[in-house]
Parts: sequence; structure tokens; C-alpha cells
Amino acid sequence: MPFLMAGDPDLETTAKILLELQANGADMIELGIPYSDPLADGPIIQLAASRALSAGTSPDRVFKMLSELRDQLTIPIILFTYSNPLVNKGLEEFCLQASEVGVSGLVVPDLPLEEAEKLSEIAEAKEIDLVLLVAPTTPKDRMKKIAETSNGFTYLVSVTGVTGERSSLEENVGSLVKQLKYSSSIPIAVGFGISEVKHIQQVREWGADGAIVGSALVKRIANASIGMKVEEAGSFCKELRAATN
Amino acid sequence: MTGTLPKKFKDSDLSPLIRPNALGRFGKYGGQYVPETLIPALIELEQAAKEAWNDSSFNSELNHLLKTYVGRSTPLYEAKRLTEHYRKNTSKGPRIWLKREDLNHTGAHKINNALGQALLAIRMGKKRIIAETGAGQHGVATATVCARFGLECVIYMGKEDMRRQALNVFRMQLLGASVRPVTSGTATLKDATSEAIRDWVTNVESTHYILGSVAGPHPYPMLVRDFHAVIGEETKQQCNQAFGRSPDVLLACVGGGSNAMGLFHPFVEDKSVRMIGVEAAGDGVETGRHAATITQGRIGVLHGAMSLLLQDKDGQVEEAHSISAGLDYPGVGPEHSYLKEIGRAEYAAVTDSEAIEALQLVSQLEGIIPALETSHAFAYLEKLCPTLNNNSEIVINCSGRGDKDVNTVAEKLGSKI
Repeated sequence: MPFLMAGDPDLETTAKILLELQANGADMIELGIPYSDPLADGPIIQLAASRALSAGTSPDRVFKMLSELRDQLTIPIILFTYSNPLVNKGLEEFCLQASEVGVSGLVVPDLPLEEAEKLSEIAEAKEIDLVLLVAPTTPKDRMKKIAETSNGFTYLVSVTGVTGERSSLEENVGSLVKQLKYSSSIPIAVGFGISEVKHIQQVREWGADGAIVGSALVKRIANASIGMKVEEAGSFCKELRAATN
Repeated sequence: MTGTLPKKFKDSDLSPLIRPNALGRFGKYGGQYVPETLIPALIELEQAAKEAWNDSSFNSELNHLLKTYVGRSTPLYEAKRLTEHYRKNTSKGPRIWLKREDLNHTGAHKINNALGQALLAIRMGKKRIIAETGAGQHGVATATVCARFGLECVIYMGKEDMRRQALNVFRMQLLGASVRPVTSGTATLKDATSEAIRDWVTNVESTHYILGSVAGPHPYPMLVRDFHAVIGEETKQQCNQAFGRSPDVLLACVGGGSNAMGLFHPFVEDKSVRMIGVEAAGDGVETGRHAATITQGRIGVLHGAMSLLLQDKDGQVEEAHSISAGLDYPGVGPEHSYLKEIGRAEYAAVTDSEAIEALQLVSQLEGIIPALETSHAFAYLEKLCPTLNNNSEIVINCSGRGDKDVNTVAEKLGSKI
């Protein structure tokens, strides 16, 4: 599952990249709504959010772009947003608008279990899955509760840290996947630091159902020249997809 | 502006048992809006604090160090010439008292909390400390206690603030801390706080984060308040000795709100005491260049807590503006938002220029150069004094000394040093 930042460098490009990722075998796409103070993100995604905000990206414009793609984009779209843009719009209103443009799920990295209950109910009523995160520091009994409350899948954060590329996966990820599978039957997607084909193969071997590639893709898009961004995203997705077949 | 507000609260709204409640909420404000990675550390911290407060050896060590190292108790000082100034040669007007937190070691109230949290970190077996700082006062206080206990210390500070507060940067380095410049976003306190939280997310197992205000995720707003409550407790006792009762008005500046919360806390249930927080209006709230979160903000989430927040229509956090680096923050502690909502505390805002005038006035009348932050509280006396009854007693939290601000003030007044 690729992650990209909506509006980096602009929403027209984002729309093309979404379709290109779909054409190149993405199972679903995690789409970031840029926020001014992204606590869980490392420098690559922080910079992408800054560029997107400078380009005038707002939740409303992201929804508008998604509504225009509605007929063409058939794979599930999971929105990644921090709490404040959600609270600002109102939880009901945000979920309503998201559901109207066909969003399937919501990941809120600064909304832990204790704060998630209310949003989960509202989202569910609009047929949106609120995906909760589990971290390497999460104790076992808490992990079980999170997995039971999460909808769609559980997002396993593979590192004690922020988003960003890493050269290798921490060894305890395997046991975390195992632990999580034991806790609940809900699918597991591993993210944070998954940046290469070998990482995806590794987490699949450990039993995860999906892998989320964020910073590595965001960086490729950022580094590609204006005319090459869509193609670059597509070819990276194809490469990752091939590794999982 | 502050007149008599409609009182919307019941006595039960003021109970310490629900400030915060079991979920870390003050009414709808507060909570824990942080990445899951940090939740176990927050639970551990809450538990450690609870055990520490129940442990007499922790209390006696804290009290001993507050006395012998910080220099507490701080005096309650009768500001006679300032009082006279507002009486304008009549015998009518309130009497003004200063709670002298500026006399603490390191020159501000911040060390009360830094010391308490360092002792907690040691109890939890954490040997690496991180902190954010705006004006540098919390950074200096944290670097100081880390030196005192031999703890590794990393301070995050916005690059813009490092320029404005070069003296404090050097003090921190002299104390053995590493000061890391933060260039993301607006390169001020909010970005330094975000970067400190990112460091904590990454190093949570070895590191304790000494958050410097009554902001952030639960338990910080409660924890930081409780370490500063000594300010209000001493004030209560000293007022009783000085004039036989509690004061009529408490006045303190509010950025994140720690010195104000420390002063207010022991008086919240005593409804005879008015509590007024003064925010930074920067160039004026009508210009949009200000840091008046409570008077101008809307409900939102920043740095782990739900509270009032300066933000644009899309929920992006806005840059705050104040001549005082310590008030230059677009958020505010959740308990202040709660006290404002229920009408228990009042909040006002004064501009950069009003604060500079007050700084000069207090310097010249009392021989005390207050910090720019503190000067905001003093500036509000202009509006407040004429509205008060004779024989009213006002306590201002003189939260910090102004030595660090001399260059900024000189620049503003057109003098070269």
C-alpha cells in the first residue's frame, strides 16, 4: 500500500499519481492530508506537507479532487490526517464529506485508543473504517484491545520512532506481527520505515497482510523532475508490487 | 474587558477531583492526542508521579532542594511605589503585592517544575532528558537540574528564538546541555515542542521529556501545575500573615500558562478570589499578529492536548507573535481553557508596547526589572486598578527577571548596547 502526500507538489499531480498507482497494482492507497505540525512524521513527510500547504492544499480541496476521480479510482483510499484538521471541521462533517467522495478508511496517527471511541462510531455510521495503530512499545493486553477496536486493518508501526526510510527492519517486528495475529483476526499492515522490496518480502514472510511504503515513495516523487513525477511513482509501485507476487 | 463575568460553574466544577478527570480531561479539554508509541510512557509517568507524591522521601527531597538549591520560599513583596502610582496621589486604590518568583535560582518560576520532573526521571531510571524552550528560561532550568543530577540533556529551541535569546543559549551550553536548533515550520516554540515530541517518540525507552508548561498530553498539564502549585500555596500563607486573608485578585501572564496555573491552583475553590490571566496581544489582536490564544482562539488539538488554539479555517496551526519569546505560542494549557469556559478565571490581552511600558515603569518604581513575559501581567494593572474597590489586595506573579530581555528592550527603544 503506497502512501503519498496530497498536494505535493500540487493536487493535479496527486490525482494523476493516484491513478498511476492504481494502474501499477496498488491494493489500496494511503493519502496524507497535509498538516502544519505533523508529530509522528520524520523530515521527508514533514517537508512534503510543507510543500503541499504552500501550494494551498486543504481538506476541502482534497475532497474535491477525490470526488472528481470517483469514477476512475476503484481501489480503496485511506485518508491519513492528524486530529486537528478533523476536529476543526467537526468529526461528523469530516466523515460525511469523506464518505461522499468514496473514502474507505481513516488513519489518525495522534489519536490513540482512549480518544478513538467517539470517532470510530461516527466513522462507522458513514461506512468508514477507523484504523488504529499499534507500536513496538504497546503492551500485549493493550495490543489486543486496539486490534479489537480497529476497523479494516490494524496498522503496525514497525519502529519506535517517526516515519522515514530505514535500511533494515528491526528484528522484533516479526514477533510483533505474531503477537498481533494471536490477538485478533483483523488484517495487519506494517508501516513506518518500510522502504524497499526486501522489507515487504520480510513482513509478508512474518505473516503481515500488507505493507505501507511512505517516505521512500514521497522522496522519489519529490526528487523526480516535474514531468517525471507520475511515471516515477508508477514504476516504483510496479517494482514493489512485483516483489509480492 | 474583565468586569463581572457570568458565573456558569457549580461548586463541583471546581473540585480538584475532576481537574483533570480519570481520562485526563478538564471538561472537554486535555486528553492524550499523541502517537501510540508514547502512551505507555505517559501511563508510566502518571503512575510514577502518583507514587512519588505519596512517598514521604520524595517529598522531603523535593522540599529540601526547593529550599537549599532553588532558594524557596520566595518573598511576597509589597510594591509600595507601584501601589502609590496607581493611587495617583489619592488614598484610593488597590494594594499591589509581588510574588517574587524572579528570585528563584535561574531567575524564573520554571525551575520548580524542572527540578520536580528531574527527580521523577531519576525514580523512573531514565538518564537522558529532553526539553523544548522558547525564551530559554525552561531550557536553562532543565539544563541546570540535569547538571545538578548528572543527567544527559538535549534542548530543542527554534532557530529564531536562539537568535532572540542568544544569552540563554550560551547559558545552557555552559551548563553542559546540547542545544539543537529547530528550523522547521516557524522556527519558534511550537516547532521546538514538535521536535522534542519526535525525539521522545524515537527514544522513549531511555528518555524523559521535561515538558515546560501546563500543556501537552495528560498527565503533563496536571504534573507541571502540581510542581508549580508551591507558588500559590506560599502566596496563600503569606497573604494570611501580611493581611489576614486571601487576596482579592491574582494576576499572572499566560503563554502556555504554567506560572499562572501554579499561582491559581490552590485558590480555584475559593470563589472570593478573582483570577486573571494576561496574554500577549503582540501588535494588537486586530492586526492578526498576536499570541492571544484564549481571547482569540478556537477549540483544537496541539501537542497532545485539546484546548483553545490559534488556527486558520482549515485547522492549520497559525504562527503566534509576541515580543516575548516565552508567550509566543499558539496554544494554551487545557485547564486555562476550562477555567475560562466555566467563567472561573478571566483572561485579557496586552500589546508589546504596553508590556514594554510596564517593564520600564516597574524597573523605575520598584528597582525590579521584570521579564517581558511578566511585564504583560504588570501592564494590565493600568486597566484593572481603576475598576477595583479600595482596600483590594492584588497579587501579581512576578514570574521571572528581565536580564535576558535587556537586548530586546534596548532594540525596541532604539538604544544600542
